[in-house]
Formats: sequence, C-alpha cells, structure tokens
Amino acid sequence: MPINISRIMSWTFRDLRPYLRGMALATRTGRRPSITRTLWDSSVGKKTVMAVSGLIMLAYLVVHMLGNLKVFFGPEELNAYGHWLRHMGEPFLHSHWGLWAARIVLIVSVVAHAVSAYQLSRRDLKARPVAYAHKRRRAGYATRTMRWGGIIVGLFIVWHILDLTTLTVNERAWEGHPYQNLLATFSTWYGNTIYIVAMAAVALHVRHGFWSAAQTLGAGNARRDKTLKFLAHALALVLFAGFVSVPVGVMTGVVS
Amino acid sequence: MKLTLRVWRQQNADAPGAMVTYEVDGVSKDMSFLEMLDTLNEDLILRGEEPVAFDHDCREGICGACSLVINGDAHGPERTTTCQLHMRSFTDGDTIDVEPWRAAAFPVVKDLVVDRSAFDRIIQAGGYITAPTGSAPEAHATAVPKADADHAFEHAECIGCGACVAACPNGSAMLFTSAKVNHLNVLPQGAPERETRVLDMVATMDDEGFGGCTLTGECATACPKGIPLPSIAAMNREWLRAVRKGPRRP
Repeated sequence: MPINISRIMSWTFRDLRPYLRGMALATRTGRRPSITRTLWDSSVGKKTVMAVSGLIMLAYLVVHMLGNLKVFFGPEELNAYGHWLRHMGEPFLHSHWGLWAARIVLIVSVVAHAVSAYQLSRRDLKARPVAYAHKRRRAGYATRTMRWGGIIVGLFIVWHILDLTTLTVNERAWEGHPYQNLLATFSTWYGNTIYIVAMAAVALHVRHGFWSAAQTLGAGNARRDKTLKFLAHALALVLFAGFVSVPVGVMTGVVS
Repeated sequence: MKLTLRVWRQQNADAPGAMVTYEVDGVSKDMSFLEMLDTLNEDLILRGEEPVAFDHDCREGICGACSLVINGDAHGPERTTTCQLHMRSFTDGDTIDVEPWRAAAFPVVKDLVVDRSAFDRIIQAGGYITAPTGSAPEAHATAVPKADADHAFEHAECIGCGACVAACPNGSAMLFTSAKVNHLNVLPQGAPERETRVLDMVATMDDEGFGGCTLTGECATACPKGIPLPSIAAMNREWLRAVRKGPRRP
C-alpha cells in the first residue's frame, strides 16, 4: 500500500489546527456560540433586546392610546370596544385567546426589557465606581431619568392592572363596563395624580428611548438624526396628550 | 494670574486618595494647562514635596497621552486636549478641580495618572488589518470611494486619550471602539476582518469592565478629535450584521 504523505500531513494538521489557531489568535476562537448566546452575553446585544422589546411596547402604547380616545364618544362605544377586545379573532379563536396572545407578547417584552435594563445598569454602575468630586449635570433630563422613570412606569403598570383590569382597587369595579370604571378612577384625586405622573414618566422615557432604540438597532446616522429626534419628541408628546386627555376630560366634565 | 487648585493626590493604586488644595501664583494666560501644572510642580519640588504625577507627551494635541478631568470636564472647558488648553480659558482667582479619568477599567496608577492599557487590549482584539508586508503597495491599486475615505479618516483621528470613557456616566468605551471599527470596516483593506473585528473588539470592551452605552452623548461632546455620536449607531449596525452573518474564522 502506497503511503500518502500529504494525507497523513493533512490529518495531523487537522488535529493540530485548534492548537495552532489558539497560538495565532489568543482570543475568542474555536466554536461559535449561538446567536441568542452572543446577543445575551454582549452589552450591545442586551441593548438590542431592550430596543426591540421597547419598540413592541411603544407600538402597543400607540394602539392603547387610540383605543382610549373612544371614551369621548360615549359609554356604549367604549364598552363595545372593550367587549370586542375580549372576543378578538372570534370565531376562529376562542374567546379571550386573542387578548391573551397580546398579553403574553407584552409580558415577555416587559420582562425582557426589565431584566436587561437591570443587568446593564449594574454593569454601568460597576464601570464607574468613583464619582467625580466636581459635580456637574450630565446629559438631559429625559436621559438621566431613564432608570427611575422606568421603575415608576413599572409600578404604574401594576397599579393600572389592579385598577382597570382585575378591578381589585377600583371604586366601581363593574365588570365589562370599562367606561364606568375609569370614570370612578378619574373621579378620585389619587387616581388622577398617579395617572398623570405616570404618563409624564412614559413620555420622558419614550423621548430618550425611541431615539436610543434607533441608535442601538443601527438605524441612526448623521443625516437621519434630526428626523429620529423629531419622531421621538412627536411620539412622546402625542402619547402624553392622548393619554392625559382622558382624566382631563373627566375632570372638566367633558366625559361623564 | 493666581489660582487655587484642588488636585487629586494618590500615592499608588492601593492607597486611598484625596483632593489636596494648592495655590499657584504667577500663571500667565499664554501657558498651557500642563505648563501651569509644571509651575506647581517646580514649587512643590523646591518645598521638598512630591510633585503631582500626570501623563503628557507630545504637548501638541496629537498623541493622546494627556488626560485630566478639569472642573468636571474631560480635557477641560475647551474642545481640545489638556495640553492645548490655555490658561486664558480661566480667570484670575479661579478655583480649579483637577481629577484623573474615572472608570473601573482605568485604575489610578498615581495621582492623575491612570492605566489605559485596556484600550490597547481592545485594539489588539481587532484594530488591525491583514496586509502583506514589504514595500509599500501602489497607492491606486485599491480604489476607495471619496465618501468612504472621508468617513475612515474622520474616525482615524481618534488618539485613544480616553476622554470618552472619562466623560461617560457609565464609563463606556463605545465611542473609542466605534472609532476604530468605523475607520477600518469601511475600507477595502479592513474587509477580511470586518465581522471578527467588531465582534472581538466589542467582546473585549465588555471583558475589560467598561460600561454599556446609554446614549447620553457625553463622549462625543468631550472628544477632542470630534468623533461623532452616530459612530456608535454605525458600530451597532456592524455588530448586528456580524452576528447575523456569523464571523468568517480561519
């Protein structure tokens, strides 16, 4: 049998290849981790998770705000809309399935957003252990309040669900009648205060968050920057005005 | 000019540090900030005290050796390096706070000197191109569109001083890393490592303990070379592209 030198050489080198490679490039060679792993392990990847989940929630907020405006067209229209939400997709889907599908997407988004925010914030705080003795305001108000604003919005979501979904803390608590329930909430001083403060926090969060998400997803560039900033401001303003118009409507007697 | 300086003094990496107050007299408006510190150090030496340690080299604003956070601003109030900052930016009787770069990845070595070797390790991870060595190639052998050349040059201006990290409330090195990724990834010479460069440099940046980007924009404001903030978005785009495509490993 003839000895095939090149074959033997290629076997030998195949076995040696990982070691040779390790010597040539000391860092990060060998098996490639999965895309999910790469995303979750990297600060840039985790920001991508934040950006995508944030944009999903932002899209939901726009839809939610538009739906809320039905309150200005009387109890029948809003209550019928509430009824439709529970029966979305019927008869193809069972009752509440459409609603729960939306809820699951939102729950996953909230959890992904919060967990990555927590982990990234811990990394950020660890990276700057010693503060400067000469204090100076850094970045704009919306940017500086992202973390606390996010926590405020998170707590508000809990309150909001207990108030108008489960009706646990609602004064009226009339199932299937969102119009009457929200009227009850916005007839209390605390209901109005909590809601308006939370909407201000949402608006500030969206103002920095939308533009940041665009940067994280790589959509930002010098030419597009003005458009993206304008969109972020417009979204924040429209959401704030749309949401706050409901308690203001109740307070001024437009909605009763 | 007579000035009051509050300077961070720290014997070594393990010793605790503190802000120490000094009076400096006879400062000329034409002195650079570093020359003013030289004046202070001459005084200290004459009094038999230890001079203030600070990094400096070319004193022409091109090497990236000097640092210093002056009154809370990296490289002080003007958009330049500390060596090119002149005392005419201050007024007689001012109190000036002088601190080292603050970041976990930039530990203090002594006084105002910090260890910036984390930047070297980020560069080692991907801030290079594979090029045949030997005599210089014909300049027109590889055509580069003007817009790409300008983009690369704008980012090649980074001198690696670390002002971006010092200014960032998260101690993030995203602007520095993005400068090198933008510089090399846009050029045909950088194309073979386009994916591995951005993946490895970002991973090394994370490993070195730099924070993440929250897009406060402080880095681009502090940068003496004007590396723009959208460079970070461009690096994110390159990173996501590389993750999607997968790196081409040898």
